Amino acid sequence: MSRWLSKHALHIYGVLAFAYIFTPIAYVMVFSFNQPARSNLTWRGFTLENWTNPCGAPEVCSALGNSLKIGLASTLIATVLGTMVAFALARYRFRGRTPTNLLIFLPMATPEVVLAASLLTLFLNLRVPLGTATIVIAHVMFSISFVVVAVKARIASLDPRLEQAAQDLYANEFETFRRITLPLVAPGIAGAALLAFSLSFDDFIITNFVSGDVNTFPKFVYVSAQRGIPADAYVIGSAMFLLAMGLVLAAELFRWRRSRRL
Amino acid sequence: MAALTPASVEPDELPRASGRQLRTVLLLLIPGLLWLGVFFVVPIFTLAGTSTQTPSGSGLPGEFVQTFHLANYWDAISAYRGHFARSFFYSILATLLCLAIGYPLAYLIAFRAGRLRNLLLVLVVAPFFTSFVLRTLAWRQILADDGWVVSALKWLHLIPSDLAVTASPIAVVAGITYNFLPFMVLPLYSSLERIDPRLIEAGGDLYGTSFTVLRKVTFPLSMPGVVAGTLLTFIPASGDYVNAALLGNTRTTMIGNVVESRFFRVVDYPTAAALSFILMAIILVLVILYVRRAGTEELV
Repeated sequence: MSRWLSKHALHIYGVLAFAYIFTPIAYVMVFSFNQPARSNLTWRGFTLENWTNPCGAPEVCSALGNSLKIGLASTLIATVLGTMVAFALARYRFRGRTPTNLLIFLPMATPEVVLAASLLTLFLNLRVPLGTATIVIAHVMFSISFVVVAVKARIASLDPRLEQAAQDLYANEFETFRRITLPLVAPGIAGAALLAFSLSFDDFIITNFVSGDVNTFPKFVYVSAQRGIPADAYVIGSAMFLLAMGLVLAAELFRWRRSRRL
Repeated sequence: MAALTPASVEPDELPRASGRQLRTVLLLLIPGLLWLGVFFVVPIFTLAGTSTQTPSGSGLPGEFVQTFHLANYWDAISAYRGHFARSFFYSILATLLCLAIGYPLAYLIAFRAGRLRNLLLVLVVAPFFTSFVLRTLAWRQILADDGWVVSALKWLHLIPSDLAVTASPIAVVAGITYNFLPFMVLPLYSSLERIDPRLIEAGGDLYGTSFTVLRKVTFPLSMPGVVAGTLLTFIPASGDYVNAALLGNTRTTMIGNVVESRFFRVVDYPTAAALSFILMAIILVLVILYVRRAGTEELV
């Protein structure tokens, strides 16, 4: 018994650790089926009502719509700009590489509240009206670095012989890039875009500083925490979780099956 | 996942860009770096500028003039010394807890998970797919004094029966630990995964007990991951205010809460700016000291 225990201690620990990680997620999911009331803190009974009408509470869905819009816009901009920087850093040596790397690293190493406070002082000084545009600006700013690091790692892992082979077969530089390099880097770019979107969609701290009157989903949840969050917010939280997990698991399954075929 | 990996090897054999290539490099770099310059570097300077302003004579809220009043810093430090101490105490405690919880987990995924590796990594970041605010609120319910978790722990005599968890420092630290755990596990995993398993086997062949091997071989080799993980947990944790606001009480407020309320409730921008700057400066000093001691300098 004790030998079995010492042999499997790490596995038992793993099960407990994942139980810990999933406890709050399970809570959110379970409470999305709670009978609606002013607040969603105690269990009152099972219902599907929240799931069939997730926009029941005022403002939930408009806040969600804003978050999706902001997320898509900032993901698009951050992915394009970050991928470009990643190619420059991964492919060439040039003077100013080290300061560039530092500039990419620093936003990730600065507490969000400092990023938020400094951006807000900029907007206040220039009298820029706060709203959707300032949120997108902020989200792109903190997402770029993550995109650069993710895409750079993918480019660095490519086999350089594939590109050499293309050039040996008389492909010019542009054709090599379009038909060989880009398709190979694409999964990395897609992963970076997913990361950028989830960073933007879930951001509360910076958004709260630079959003003015515009409501986003995390802001809606935070503000209504004082007087009670409607169960609809739990439905949206659970649905986003299931959607994202589904996407990631499907991609994983796809990769696994492809690697088995090879 | 790669976003959080430490120390990628810097390829020295890259071609040095010249002529036409240099133009390509510039075209690739300029848009991204311009964005960071205008919306990250410039704001740091406007923050510094705001931090030495004083209220203008108009008496209107939000109207300040530049007077290079450096005493703002002194006033901010002396008024909020306790909040700084508390922020760093909570975030260091949470970082250590993350390391203790995360290391065995990363070890399990790196060495024992087999084909389940990628799946388990996805499960580690799964909390990111639910809203940060929602899962923090879930902890408020889970750790409620009359909830089943606290009752069970009290029944098992694991915690004293008169202990209050709701709205306590314990709840705040627990919330921070939970929310930043993935930032610890991912870099730990990626540096453990790079260790050649033969080194660990060799330790066993040379009659090292599994604990000795862990202490003398595996842990030292995973140091880059430990450094990256602790920094990626500690830095955001020290500036966080959501956990303290949702899980704590008025005596658990952290420096992030003060910055937020100075900006929006008191409309005292200079103090908020000075506090942000002090926070950044302290973190910078701590990080430099720590990285020197831990002996790893490649972080990007």
